[in-house]
Amino acid sequence: MTASASAWVLVIGAIAATYLWRGLGVALSTWIDPDSALFRWVTCVSYAMLAGLVARMMVMPLGDLATVSLAFRLAALACAFAVFFLAGRRVLPAVTVGFAVFVGLAATAPPALQP
Amino acid sequence: MLDALGMPSLVLLASMTGFGSLARDAGLDLGMALATTAGVWGLPGQIALAELYAAGAGAFAVVLAVALANARFLPMAVSFVPLLRQSAGRRRGWLYLWVQLMSINSWAAGLRRFPDMPPRLRLHYFVPFACVCMAAALIGTTAGFFVLGSVPRPVALGLLFLNPMFFAVLLAALRGPGVAQALLIGAVLGPATFALAPDWSLLLTGLFGGTLAFALTGKAGAG
Repeated sequence: MTASASAWVLVIGAIAATYLWRGLGVALSTWIDPDSALFRWVTCVSYAMLAGLVARMMVMPLGDLATVSLAFRLAALACAFAVFFLAGRRVLPAVTVGFAVFVGLAATAPPALQP
Repeated sequence: MLDALGMPSLVLLASMTGFGSLARDAGLDLGMALATTAGVWGLPGQIALAELYAAGAGAFAVVLAVALANARFLPMAVSFVPLLRQSAGRRRGWLYLWVQLMSINSWAAGLRRFPDMPPRLRLHYFVPFACVCMAAALIGTTAGFFVLGSVPRPVALGLLFLNPMFFAVLLAALRGPGVAQALLIGAVLGPATFALAPDWSLLLTGLFGGTLAFALTGKAGAG
């Protein structure tokens, strides 16, 4: 019971911490003109953050994904990008092929035992 | 809404099964896992929460880690909400509710679609889109909580891989002044800063990478 209550405190704390950023963003956006240089800078910052996050998840995954070799992860991603650009920038075929390549690679060479 | 029913929902369904099973492993119950998906609504923060809870970290450390992992929502909201302002009309207070629905999916879809869309229709696009995404994510969380353990291991790994891969393709689909530069610089800085200072990685990447990309394209973008 106590363990469950303390877990809920964490869940609610995490929700509040995340919403703080969103709410602050709405408040700040009142003062920012979408055509201004400041707006373009903030957009650049969010692109860089997202790209950095995705690259980190790809190159240094935190969980189970780390048991699959980096070469497999990058090969599957390269296939997805290749299909994306060859198939007229469509997302569905790209992600489907990338997923299939990844599962195929992970199946042919079973990863090391879990830590 | 049709946009959302396709790929974004499928990927959310699949990637949130990964979170559902992680949450179960970490010792959270289903109610907590669902509350986290709906309330935090950002996978990196959700994963930080589940992993740190499993590791028995203190409340302050957990909340701080989640806040840092999800700090991107501040610049995302600042760059997104002005595009909805006209659509919201006089009911601007609702923007504080709608912003909770914003995720990388709906953000990217909005930035891609809004320029060709009359401003007053944008909320009618965004809210159903985001609700479909949220529903798919909650179903995925539940499914992962109950079934992921019975899926063959390569497929389970593939579901975990789906998330970063989909985001990467989604980002590659975006265009605009400075976008390519910001994405490339960010992609290099992200892992580099993570190796040096994991907690501050995203803030450093965003501030340095974003500013550099902005400076590089300042003149071109203004024209």
